[in-house]
Amino acid sequence: MAKKKRSVVEKESVVVKFVGDSGDGMQFTGGLFSDSSALAGVDIATFPDFPSEIRAPQNTIAGVSGFQVHLGSEKIFTTGDMVDVLIAMNPASLKSNMKWARKGATIIVDTDAFSDKPLEKAGYKSNPLDDGSLESYHMIKSPITTLTKESLKDLNIDSKTAERSKNMFALGMLYYIFNRDPKTSFSYFEKKFKKDPKVVEINKLVIQSGYNYADTIEVLESVIQVSAAKMEKGRYRNITGNIATAWGLLAAAEKSRRPLFLGSYPITPATEILMELSKHKSLGAKVFQAEDEIAGICSAIGASFTGSMACTSTSGPGLSLKSEAIGLAVITELPLVIVNVQRGGPSTGLPTKSEQSDLYQALFGRNGECPVIVIAASTSENCFYYAYMAAKYSMEHMTPCILLTDGYLGFGSTLFKIPKMAEMPAIKPPMAKPNDPDYKPYKRDTKTLARQWAIPGMEGLRHRIGGLEKEDIIGTVSTDPMNHQKMVEYRAEKVERIADYIPLQEVYGEKSGDLLVVSWGGTFGAVHSAVQNLQREGKKVSHAHFHYIMPLPKNTGEIFAGYKNIVVCELNSGQFVNYLRMRHPSASYHQFNKVQGQPFMINELTTKFNQLLEEK
Amino acid sequence: MSEFVNMTIERSNVQLSKTDFESDQMVKWCPGCGAHAILAAVERVFPKIGYRKENFCMVSGIGCSSRFPYYVNTYGIHGIHGRAAAIGTGVKVANPRLSVWIASGDGDSLAIGGNHFIHLIRRNVDVNYILFNNQIYGLTKGQYSPTTPMGKITKTSPQGTIEHPFTVGELVMGAQGTFFARVPDNNISLMTESMFEAAKHDGTSVMEIMQNCIIYADKAHFDVIGKEVKDENMLILKNGAPMLFGKNNEKGLRLGDTGMEVAEIGKDGITVDDILVHDPYDKDPGIHTMLAKLAPPHFPMVFGVIRSAMFPTYDDLVEEQIKYAKETSKIKNVDDLLNSGDTWEIN
Ligand SMILES: Cc1ncc(C[n+]2csc(CCOP(=O)(O)OP(=O)(O)O)c2C)c(N)n1
Ligand code: SF4
Ligand SMILES: [Mg+2]
Repeated sequence: MAKKKRSVVEKESVVVKFVGDSGDGMQFTGGLFSDSSALAGVDIATFPDFPSEIRAPQNTIAGVSGFQVHLGSEKIFTTGDMVDVLIAMNPASLKSNMKWARKGATIIVDTDAFSDKPLEKAGYKSNPLDDGSLESYHMIKSPITTLTKESLKDLNIDSKTAERSKNMFALGMLYYIFNRDPKTSFSYFEKKFKKDPKVVEINKLVIQSGYNYADTIEVLESVIQVSAAKMEKGRYRNITGNIATAWGLLAAAEKSRRPLFLGSYPITPATEILMELSKHKSLGAKVFQAEDEIAGICSAIGASFTGSMACTSTSGPGLSLKSEAIGLAVITELPLVIVNVQRGGPSTGLPTKSEQSDLYQALFGRNGECPVIVIAASTSENCFYYAYMAAKYSMEHMTPCILLTDGYLGFGSTLFKIPKMAEMPAIKPPMAKPNDPDYKPYKRDTKTLARQWAIPGMEGLRHRIGGLEKEDIIGTVSTDPMNHQKMVEYRAEKVERIADYIPLQEVYGEKSGDLLVVSWGGTFGAVHSAVQNLQREGKKVSHAHFHYIMPLPKNTGEIFAGYKNIVVCELNSGQFVNYLRMRHPSASYHQFNKVQGQPFMINELTTKFNQLLEEK
Repeated sequence: MSEFVNMTIERSNVQLSKTDFESDQMVKWCPGCGAHAILAAVERVFPKIGYRKENFCMVSGIGCSSRFPYYVNTYGIHGIHGRAAAIGTGVKVANPRLSVWIASGDGDSLAIGGNHFIHLIRRNVDVNYILFNNQIYGLTKGQYSPTTPMGKITKTSPQGTIEHPFTVGELVMGAQGTFFARVPDNNISLMTESMFEAAKHDGTSVMEIMQNCIIYADKAHFDVIGKEVKDENMLILKNGAPMLFGKNNEKGLRLGDTGMEVAEIGKDGITVDDILVHDPYDKDPGIHTMLAKLAPPHFPMVFGVIRSAMFPTYDDLVEEQIKYAKETSKIKNVDDLLNSGDTWEIN
């Protein structure tokens, strides 16, 4: 085919969303598209939008499945507020996603799917493709199903199979629109379906046909070019937050030479961590799918006593069930990583949506005085690093650590610069030495206050620990009032002292100014983008994003003192801001909260910040 | 007793004795509590089992019985109420070269911890589980438990309980238990023997000890194990021996058309040959299940090792899968993992 000269427009950032019925393969199509973008050196962030039901009736709104990908030639921080290019394979998916389409967005639809029945199921009174309601968008109306079948007619395959390839036709069209070589996806099929050449042939043919079709009809005046982003040199991959978390734990186990044990019970959106670790027995990971969350954490405590790097992974309701056992790990002063992939609550709440509403639970949700380390990851990719650090601090300081991520980070993906294990920070748990005549179960390191880790099997160190208060140093059961007070204070002080080991809080922007925007956890991308926008306009706004929550970095108070106004943004009703009010009462705080199971929009943040800047 | 115990656990190269396992902590159970006998049996059997003393690990929940780990000089963890089975699973799976012993009460095991109890057994994790059945909540001072007989007056059932109790053995069989023994707290030699058999057994070994709580449920087991009735109401099983009981072993159990029957030797031409011979190693749980359920007034209650059947253990299968994965997977370390699948270089 002779190559025509195309006109090309450069774009710094584009948001593409693939939507369709659950059976239309939108996750897969979106995945292939984002992988090919990543291979082209473009920065990406993705987020799958699963239907809430596993098998919702066909062509209903409940059955819509989506996959969003944000492409950037600059570093991007979110999966994007509004969609620039929407691929909608049926009426229901168009209907439920129009609210995310930017005015003027390019929308590709399969006209074959817009027949009476599906239109009615989606709740359309008239066909939106010809009633004029979509005039302010750039519509590409193509009979994708028909064209797909047409392109396969020489292969002699049944029409069901042919029809199922329509997502690949759409992908081909998209490759044309984004000025990509359609062959980038061929190698995927060639590798994956080595044993099934027919499948390879079908997919290649359909992708190429979609591409050629878009080229022939010139779907767009000019194709879109998102150039390679300037990224640090190195080896990269795409990774979701849950996989990154699982790998971070494996990495910490390897570094610390403590075998990994995970005791866990499936719960959305944390299940992938359990599933992923189950795959890595070759690294010695022992994964126990328990009968419930309590057994999950209790088995982990048993494993921790036995010298494993023990973890348990869950989401909000599961964290509630684990509360009593977290207390056991606190009083026995055993290391334990509790990963909580937050979702909307209370109760079952919004299982598939994201929220930051478990912070109070992580900080305070236990009986007695029961401090734990709390760390929060902020991007899908850095779940790796913070899971690693959670394990490191937990083991080195002999106290449990709660790692907070959320559904948005867990399911979403970003590019991940692959680290080298040799360059990861050392992890040195305070292992006791067999036959050490001075070993005492509750003797503490003078600096960290951590007790030593003596594990069953070690000669000369037999001892008992448990949930009853223990006598300082010797570790026998004690109800002595002064001893209890002392032990309560030790456990608290031990966690506070971790502030001497974590990095100082960083600030993006000037160290003083009109407004400091504070955030934590999974909202980093949106908040950071909003701050950047205002900074570009010359406004005196800075951003402090917290990863270390308990304890807070040592310079937190000092940072806060430098600004006229502080606003704390979070996806709850104000849990972090109230915690800051408690820990740093001299600063005064504004707050910006949202509890809708949805991430922040950059727009709503900038509006709020501008408002605060004007208030004076 | 056979001398064969699990060979994957390192053995002591010196002969240990009872004193090696005595703790320096004051034992705070009430004088006369049946738990003292259990402690004595454990201290007696651990040296016989012969593992290095550092390879024993005691795990417990909460209750009078769960104080046990503090009173034995081994590694030990006193957990939270009901969760001993889960903690013990973690200990054993993390390090299968430990001999794990769980001490737990009837409330701890069967009420708050019922879920963990049945799943531990179903998985057949290789731990030894001493269930102190005193038919009461001792530590919280006398409320009824899941094994308290129907109608019993306790602190929370002033008019008598209106709940059907569990029969521990039946529950164990229902959960596909591979080992179950029942022992009265006044027969230390049978207790020690059963503990040794439990140690030998690969898989979850549940030992129900009919323990007397002298304070809140005194003599609860006496209508079975009391001096005056025990000859009629207790049948002590022995591997390979006919199931005989009675003052002069004049009665026995046999399988009739409708199930288990009590037969009298000499009556209607019945001889010892008609009596069932005990085979604890039978994989089929049919007879074992029937035996576990028997109780007065129509039958004796059976004691000793009722079942000890060989099935794969959870912890062995975990090790096997890990070994296989290590041999076959291309991913040998975390660097391999990080660089597996789709990755690319940016220069
Ligand atoms: C979560 C929780 N609920 C309740 C209790 C109170 N509690 C302690 S022991 C116990 C019952 C103990 O009975 P059992 O397990 O039979 O042990 P025993 O004292 O009879 O040996 C109860 C209800 C507790 N410690 N923790
Ligand atoms: S209350 Fe009962 S079970 Fe508890 S120590 Fe006293 S006698 Fe034993
Ligand atoms: Mg009891």
